[in-house]
Amino acid sequence: MAEEITRLIHKYLRHDKKFPHIWCPGCGNGIVLGALIRAIDRSGLKKDDVVLVSGIGCSGRMTVYADFNTLHTTHGRALTFATGIKLAKPSLHVIVIMGDGDATAIGGNHFIHSARRNMDLTAIIINNLVYGMTGGQHSPTTPPGCITATTPYGQIENAFNIAELGAVAGASFVGRGTVYHTQLLDQMIGKAILKKGFSVIEVLSSCHVQFGRRNMMGSPVKMMKWLKESAVPSEKFTKLPPEDLKGRFSIGVLTDLDKPSYLEKYQQMCKGIKPQPRL
Amino acid sequence: MKPKKRVLLMQGNEAIVEGAIAAGCRFFAGYPITPASEISEKASSRMPQVGGVFIQMEDEIASMGAVIGASLAGVKSMTATSGPGFSLMSENIGFACMAEVPCVVVNVMRGGPSTGLPTHPSQGDVLQARWGTHGDHPIIVLAVSTVRDCFEITVLAFKLSEKYRLPVIILSDEVVAHTRETVTLPTAGEVDMVNRIKPAMPPEWYIPYEDNIMGVPPMAAFGEGYPYHVTGLAHDVRGFPTQRPDEVTALMNRLFRKITQGFHEIQKVKPFMMDDAEVAVIAYGSVARSARQAVIEARQLGINAGLLQLITIFPFPRRFVEDVLRQCRAVLIPEMNMGQISREVKRVNQTDSRVDKLNRMDGQLITPEEIYGRLIKM
Repeated sequence: MAEEITRLIHKYLRHDKKFPHIWCPGCGNGIVLGALIRAIDRSGLKKDDVVLVSGIGCSGRMTVYADFNTLHTTHGRALTFATGIKLAKPSLHVIVIMGDGDATAIGGNHFIHSARRNMDLTAIIINNLVYGMTGGQHSPTTPPGCITATTPYGQIENAFNIAELGAVAGASFVGRGTVYHTQLLDQMIGKAILKKGFSVIEVLSSCHVQFGRRNMMGSPVKMMKWLKESAVPSEKFTKLPPEDLKGRFSIGVLTDLDKPSYLEKYQQMCKGIKPQPRL
Repeated sequence: MKPKKRVLLMQGNEAIVEGAIAAGCRFFAGYPITPASEISEKASSRMPQVGGVFIQMEDEIASMGAVIGASLAGVKSMTATSGPGFSLMSENIGFACMAEVPCVVVNVMRGGPSTGLPTHPSQGDVLQARWGTHGDHPIIVLAVSTVRDCFEITVLAFKLSEKYRLPVIILSDEVVAHTRETVTLPTAGEVDMVNRIKPAMPPEWYIPYEDNIMGVPPMAAFGEGYPYHVTGLAHDVRGFPTQRPDEVTALMNRLFRKITQGFHEIQKVKPFMMDDAEVAVIAYGSVARSARQAVIEARQLGINAGLLQLITIFPFPRRFVEDVLRQCRAVLIPEMNMGQISREVKRVNQTDSRVDKLNRMDGQLITPEEIYGRLIKM
């Protein structure tokens, strides 16, 4: 076990360059990074064939720590940069790491359109329900009633359901996990990476510093307990009576469709076009 | 057999696409906007024909993001828009400046501010092209005035962006964009195609942002065996975020130095009848066409008039303008804005020469008569 972890660290992390990392002790981001690296290792992809793209925020720093081709973009635009990379060089596996604010507030438009196109990307969205890096302001996924730095009297807006949003917008693979259910997360990320088309993994994560502290979950343990108790496997979730659904969410693979991706369609279209280098 | 020259009738927007393809551009991302839409339309039909990619993104922000992504994957890329879209692209243009990603952005200027005059020309975005993105940054801005220019200057834009690793802005305007002219397109061998320098050393020796004599480090594409980190944060020579003043200073100095060192080939102007000129017009874009005609007519009246047409607007071709100011007793700067370049000319003027403005912001082209009328009184 220890040797395995050491091997992964030496192979996939910039352990001798950019550590220690900037994440708070007890943050869920490291768990997601671990799951991602194990999934990539299992998938057999070469390091140089993987491009890791991130936006801005705590999650955005992940690209600094992982030793792939890494790109740390502007806020909310990670999917657009990733689209350019994938279309310019289809042989690359492009994985996009975003936060909830990054993907569904400032980058919400890019998220739904990437899903609509079924663009060949893997989007991993770390949902910690809050803007962590800037000091804990409310995000589009902050549950109603929660206290944040900019909702001192409680959140009055409704929250986005990221996974469902991705599914209805057209993603071919959608899953939701948490940083507590790591084995499930490992497996789902592994499936998502190899899936053609747009795949979305929403990861409920813990930010006890900015979110938990203001909402009676001021320690990583309390947040983990909350994740453990609120998450229900998707197959059980649909059978629960409505009164039990309050405050709970489903985890597992929510959508898994076989449909042509953007790249497949583009390449198909190009087959019928006569090359004409000059006018 | 010698390849035949191709004489074609086309509009400025179409010539930009042909210029881009000739320069090796194989990725175009855009969003519809008047008066730049024909560039997207042409690219959507031409890119698949040359093995390239066209994609219409969900907005201009996304277009600029995709263009940067494609360039990082090693493909020359461009986008085109007009004022409102250019405003949206600004943040990501700054990313390309900071991360040194070559790309070309065409801004077909229309009347502004805001939605303004979508189907009328303007030159209102000149200073925005220079200073649009936040933070102090180096950038190259070129202007086109004819359909032939649209082809050639697009080729030049790719050359400069690849060589100096930064975004190059092409300023066109509604008149140039939609004017149809016959152009003789150069054969493939005549096009001055320049590709970015790629690393030749073993991957473990590659330091992606290391300084060199040029100030432009070799650029690896993703997936070529040189994994590295690209960020919009201030970074050290390895590309990793840093806040150390010494490393940030070195980065910023190099970003500016690489441009300063290249002034000799970046700054381009086109003098017309300037040899014995006593009064001169300094103009760019479609206004330069009117100015040229006005100069010819003034000469017929016996006035020693000349025209300095600016191809490169930024970095401001100061040495050429200073020569004109020393040589001529008066200089007229006609612009379809309230005086964005005349401001620059006044800034560099250290002589007694008069610097006059001629401005129009009503969506109409400045005519040769207007310029002529002012020239004969100078």
